[in-house]
Amino acid sequence: MDFTMPARAEDFRAEVQQFLAEHLTGEMIAATRDGTIHSPALHRAIADRGWLSGAVPAELGGGGMDPVDLCVLLEELQLHQAPADALGVAVVAVSMILEHGRDHLRSTVAPRLMSGEALACLGYSEPESGSDVAAARTRAVRDGDRWVINGSKMWTTLAHVADYVLLLTRTDPDVPKHRGLTFFVVPLDTAGIEIQAVETMGNERSNATFYDDVVLGDEWRLGEVNDGWTVMKTALKYERGIAGGQFPSPPVIEAAVDWARRARRADGSRPIDDDEVRHKLMRAMIDVEVCRSFAYHTAALASEGAMFGVEGSMTKLFASESYKKHCAWFLDMMGAEGLLTHDDPGAHMDGLIEEHFRHAPVTAIYGGTSEINRNLVAEGWLGLPRSRS
Amino acid sequence: MRTRYSEDQQAVAEAFGDLFAREATPETVRAAEAGCGFDPGLWRKLVAAGAPGMAVPVTDGGGGASLVDLAVVVHEWGRRIAPVPLVEHAVCARLLGSAGAQRELVTAVSSGELIATLAPGPVGPDGTARLVPAGAVADVVAAKHGDNVVVARARPPGAARPNTADLPLADRDLSDAETLASGAAAAGAWDRALAEWKALMAVAYAGLAGEVLAMGVAYTKQRHQFGVPVGSFQAVQHGLADASTRSEGARLLAFRAVCAVDAGRADGARLASMALLFGAESGRFATDRVLQYHGGYGYSAEYDVQLYYRRAAGWLLQLGEPAAEVARLADADLGPKAA
Ligand SMILES: Cc1cc2nc3c(=O)[nH]c(=O)nc-3n(C[C@H](O)[C@H](O)[C@H](O)COP(=O)(O)OP(=O)(O)OC[C@H]3O[C@@H](n4cnc5c(N)ncnc54)[C@H](O)[C@@H]3O)c2cc1C
Repeated sequence: MDFTMPARAEDFRAEVQQFLAEHLTGEMIAATRDGTIHSPALHRAIADRGWLSGAVPAELGGGGMDPVDLCVLLEELQLHQAPADALGVAVVAVSMILEHGRDHLRSTVAPRLMSGEALACLGYSEPESGSDVAAARTRAVRDGDRWVINGSKMWTTLAHVADYVLLLTRTDPDVPKHRGLTFFVVPLDTAGIEIQAVETMGNERSNATFYDDVVLGDEWRLGEVNDGWTVMKTALKYERGIAGGQFPSPPVIEAAVDWARRARRADGSRPIDDDEVRHKLMRAMIDVEVCRSFAYHTAALASEGAMFGVEGSMTKLFASESYKKHCAWFLDMMGAEGLLTHDDPGAHMDGLIEEHFRHAPVTAIYGGTSEINRNLVAEGWLGLPRSRS
Repeated sequence: MRTRYSEDQQAVAEAFGDLFAREATPETVRAAEAGCGFDPGLWRKLVAAGAPGMAVPVTDGGGGASLVDLAVVVHEWGRRIAPVPLVEHAVCARLLGSAGAQRELVTAVSSGELIATLAPGPVGPDGTARLVPAGAVADVVAAKHGDNVVVARARPPGAARPNTADLPLADRDLSDAETLASGAAAAGAWDRALAEWKALMAVAYAGLAGEVLAMGVAYTKQRHQFGVPVGSFQAVQHGLADASTRSEGARLLAFRAVCAVDAGRADGARLASMALLFGAESGRFATDRVLQYHGGYGYSAEYDVQLYYRRAAGWLLQLGEPAAEVARLADADLGPKAA
């Protein structure tokens, strides 16, 4: 047993840090305030370095970056607050296409996604279905060698900048829900698609997407007809490898330390000298080390070729719930000043903590809610009977 | 990087897992509670198995195993809350060797013939160390006294001060203690010993939490109310899922801390302290949830949860106030507080 990062991975970390020093600017981070957590220039630069295709498993024809290196890449991107939401989606989309797609998708879509030239987004959730993703109702009906799609998706994040949506549709409404699903890769410029912005409490924009008699050739189908659940499971498997999200807290903690050193209370004392503040800061740093231990563990397992499952749910559950707690602590620590947004010239660090406070809740919702992850831990880790209440 | 046991470590875990399961049953734990929280028979079996000195260098009469290998044994010890001072002894044995104690003392401790411990708290002006872990049974007590690491050898009192966790806590008179090391050498050796104790106790907490959660799962699957197993209620499942998530995180952090301390890495002491604080917190959370999901039986003396519940509280407090440990961590990370 040895938790020390291999020297190779530490060299790679230095390379990533150097890359970010060159390519990631404060403006790029600030630009995400328009709600799109994606920077075209950074995305292309990451792809040009070979890190996007690198993150795709080798057995599928990707670069097969060692999962430990991938873990380092994701850790550094998060620690530097790089806007890289599209990166993970692209890697998952390419992996799904290379595993289940036929010639057309493999030769046209996959290379464009891998080079960073095109972007994908994920169309699983609907107005009436989220956690119960297999209950999707968006209908695809075969018409000769074409398909006609009607329905609507909710939370199609990045659709307004993406080129393709990986769309989960219902092709047979008369069988149990998991058996009547089919996936398509849909070019977003196809006639009949409408994209409407969905604003959120955080500085995060998502979309509602509508499909009105969208006509598509069969070459856009991903996987077998009515076998969409198999494709969905692949997506979840690849998502585990690329899903970062273990390091949301460090920027907030750093900002909190900075504020606690600079601020002066009415009696002239510094918050950093207050035991309560010090306790919360250290407690938050402990959580970060727990997250790091989880992240390194899952990476090491993947690197050995061992498939992990529930560990991913545990990591996400712990990281998002502790992040929410940290944001609330440090907002409170600042009192009324904590409420100031980046629009206020006096906001500490452009309102970084306040922004994270508004962002944090979503991390316990998207990509599988905390409740769903607890169900997965209860069933998959503890072996408790499946609950329906 | 390998975050799982090696094959050898797996074999060690199984061998000691069997030994503790056989020899440190809940009955022996209860029997030890009637005395001073120590089972001499179990200690002799551990001595025969070479456990007390396994991580002492061969040149000091030990087994030459790494701290990580020792942690594998400690994890099994924690699972059974075994009434023997394995961690204090093993850490003190390593300290005595590295701080240059007399050879005869080092070998007698390495073999487990003498039981050794360390007093993590300060020694009072009258030379008394209060509530020393394993103080009731240790023949050898090491402590930090002023700028010195000191060691006293005396007949143990054989009685513990009655306490919540039925640990062998006792006050020890160290006024006749010999100085082993002074100044920077003493500080270095002592800090390292404390870091080892913290990291190993964090691993013990992971064992404790894992075992109590297994008890919780077994019980809630078998206990029926309203015609279904109580373990099928989502409220119960989610409590157990949260507890096992935290405990798994605590286990990973604990072993990561042991690895860092063993390798002499600069972040070793920080990780050890964090791992202990988090391990204790998650261990207490796990025992609390499992006691709760046993209903009234969890509160009864007859069930084993209460044995774990009390130790989960007690192990950390042997170090002193948790807030003081957090304060030390903060001083190291954030710099000392302004006067
Ligand atoms: C900003 C944002 C971006 C997103 N991006 C995308 C995207 O790009 N693509 C995409 O497809 N989706 C996306 N999502 C959707 C996200 O995956 C869903 O919101 C999530 O899966 C939860 O589904 P829901 O919102 O329908 O909530 P519901 O499933 O309706 O859940 C409501 C509540 O009930 C709880 N609950 C549900 N089922 C259970 C159960 N079995 N046991 C216990 N509790 C349960 C939930 O935990 C939750 O607390 C995004 C969401 C947000 C907010």
